[in-house]
Amino acid sequence: MGKVLVLDYEKCTGCRLCELVCSIQHEGVSNPSRSRIKVVKMEWEGQYVPVTCQQCESAPCMVICPVKAISRDESLNRVVVNYDTCIGCRMCIAICPFGGMSFDTPTQKVIKCDFCDGDPQCVRFCETKAIRYADASEQSLTKQVAVADKFIDIMQNAAAAITTV
Amino acid sequence: MALNRKIAYIDLTSGKIETSKISVEMRKKYIGSRGLDAYLLYNHIKPGIDALGPENVAIVSAGLLVGTPASAACRVHVCAKSPLTNFYGSSNGGGFFAPELRWAGFDHLVITGKASEPVYLWVHNGEIEIRNAKNIWGKYVAESQQAIRDELGDRDIKVLTIGPGGEKLVRFANVMTGLKNSGGRTGMGAVLGSKNLKAVAARGTMDITLAHPREALDYNREFMTQITSSKVSQTQGRLGTPFIFGATNTQGLVNTHNSLLTQLENSDAVEAEAIDEYITGMAGCWGCGVHCRGKFVIPSGPYAGVYDEGPEYTHQVSYGSITGCRDTIAILEGTHLTNMYGLDVLEVGNLIAWAIELYEEGILTDEDTDGLELRWGNHEAVLEMTHRIARREGLGDILAEGGFRAAEIIGRDSIKHFVHVKGMGQMNSDEKATPALALNIATASRGADHLRSRPAIDLYHLPEDVLRKIYGQPVPYDGPLTSDYREYEGKAWEVFWQENCYMAVDSLGICKYHTTFLGATHPNFEEWSRLIYLITGLEMSPLDIWTAAERANNLERLFNMREGLKREDDWLVDRYFDLPNKLGIPAVRGRSIDREKFTKMIDEFYQYHGWDEKGIPTPETLKRLEIDKEPTHVL
Repeated sequence: MGKVLVLDYEKCTGCRLCELVCSIQHEGVSNPSRSRIKVVKMEWEGQYVPVTCQQCESAPCMVICPVKAISRDESLNRVVVNYDTCIGCRMCIAICPFGGMSFDTPTQKVIKCDFCDGDPQCVRFCETKAIRYADASEQSLTKQVAVADKFIDIMQNAAAAITTV
Repeated sequence: MALNRKIAYIDLTSGKIETSKISVEMRKKYIGSRGLDAYLLYNHIKPGIDALGPENVAIVSAGLLVGTPASAACRVHVCAKSPLTNFYGSSNGGGFFAPELRWAGFDHLVITGKASEPVYLWVHNGEIEIRNAKNIWGKYVAESQQAIRDELGDRDIKVLTIGPGGEKLVRFANVMTGLKNSGGRTGMGAVLGSKNLKAVAARGTMDITLAHPREALDYNREFMTQITSSKVSQTQGRLGTPFIFGATNTQGLVNTHNSLLTQLENSDAVEAEAIDEYITGMAGCWGCGVHCRGKFVIPSGPYAGVYDEGPEYTHQVSYGSITGCRDTIAILEGTHLTNMYGLDVLEVGNLIAWAIELYEEGILTDEDTDGLELRWGNHEAVLEMTHRIARREGLGDILAEGGFRAAEIIGRDSIKHFVHVKGMGQMNSDEKATPALALNIATASRGADHLRSRPAIDLYHLPEDVLRKIYGQPVPYDGPLTSDYREYEGKAWEVFWQENCYMAVDSLGICKYHTTFLGATHPNFEEWSRLIYLITGLEMSPLDIWTAAERANNLERLFNMREGLKREDDWLVDRYFDLPNKLGIPAVRGRSIDREKFTKMIDEFYQYHGWDEKGIPTPETLKRLEIDKEPTHVL
């Protein structure tokens, strides 16, 4: 499997620069409402979650598209829209479980992350590395390491408790 | 286009709203935000008006590069005649409001008159609506913003609001956005409150077209790295502004016990490391890679479990050294109180410290304080007094009037204990050992304040050739520059240079942490020249930017002079001259400001500006800066 965007909401500071650079890269304008990535912010709790297309292997948008305008581009491991075929029915937006597909009002088109053709600008500008362009397997490795850390803590605490007893 | 955002003139009395474009000529002359605001204030405010009357004009504005890839271009500027000082009032805050205002189509909102009942402004994609705010009036800062989002049904609306402090016309109330982003100093919240204007809500989806998008993107990557690769920004991104406290307190440069001392001894509970125990992560303002806002949950006390952002260096001082307190949780709680009420934490700390000194001296008694023991180190009393100021209860009601008016009410020579410049309370630091910083606070256009002209890097003992590299452009300077922060030589130039640097950065809408403030290698005029070109297409040389900044600074000066400012107002309280430092490192112990040398320093400072010995801009200066015919009422 190729590279994907690995999103780590715990590292996100909520600055939304990813949204801005995305809109500049794709539309040539500064306008987060036209971005392919969005940071959903729970401002009063301090939680910030970047949300974008997951480039699913078995993508619901691909399945539901009535004109087969959506396909997988295996060379870059991404889901792409063929705008020559797309009829703008927005079914893909309705079915996507992640909100990865959006509608761009000025151009009247559905829009989604395309990895900036292999150089994702959101990754380039994210100072905290909350968004990384990495091999999909790395995502689970990071979690495995975190779990391992917790596991060691638990086992050591348990061992200490037993010794004390 | 980044240049096509408009000015809206909103008369709250009649409900009339007009808009106008900003010409390229005016852009080149004033850049935007604080720079153009200086023009607007000078042209729209009649001299001698009541700052809390309907004739005052409040301007809310976003900088020229706000909402573009320029790093941390997120600043909102709010200005009016100050109800605290009766001079130029000005607040600058971060967060997410200013970019949203630009996507909604506007750069400046010029607000006059007074609404007959509480209202808020709803700015949306080129349109402005005055809406009823009766149900929102009385709410705290965060609740007010959420109530407006709920009412309009859009969670992405950004709101600039006042809290109960502004509603109750506390003369140093803030305008706020988000949990903690504050437009502080000079009481702009009270001006909005006096107009029955609870908030300005903005939401926009209008493109800002860039002149050279690809190049702008690439250059901003470089620009950001120049900032975030520095040690100072990385430390700030880890600990927030509290990291400053350790360095300044250790040396003996911190306002302690209302400037009677310059160092808080046994300060462990106030240090960044103690606060860091409660920090769960960092948050960033719009487009910022530094992310200096701490996130925390108050662990105990009446606000246990409450989430908030901060604390800042300002909170360490107000709820720490200046009031003599040593309680980490009190700093967290104080942060929350000033955030939720929308109060200027510096003025709160300064005035409570003043009140403590008066109480300790017997000038204020238990009768005045309703039994509250205002003693150094009594953090519970300091927190209680914060509530009383916000609610205008008892002595709090008097302090809410600001130092000058409060001193008149209290009498008994209390004014002699008030540490201020132009009626605004002295902030975090104590400048008895640092003449450059003393000159900064004495001459800043909005009173005792660090964010108008502070050469903070003067504290770093930088080699002379490095100083020359920074301060020798964009206009040549071959006078003296000295590494030692205790010196007087060459410092007037540094303050003059920083004054123009800060005016420019405020006009662009970029955060000061992204220029020559805390970081000696951070970008300034030359980098901005390139940014402005790539983003807006405007060709402005570093010297053009400098001159535009100088022009706006002179208009702020003219505004102040028109309101009666005299050379004597560019001065420090006696304590700065007569009370040498008792604590700190040997290098600063025994230091105080020398009256004679300081007078010469001010003369020199005026000369750089082209002002006469009274501090009045000369006719030649006004002509050189093309402001000799102001007010011209072009906008």
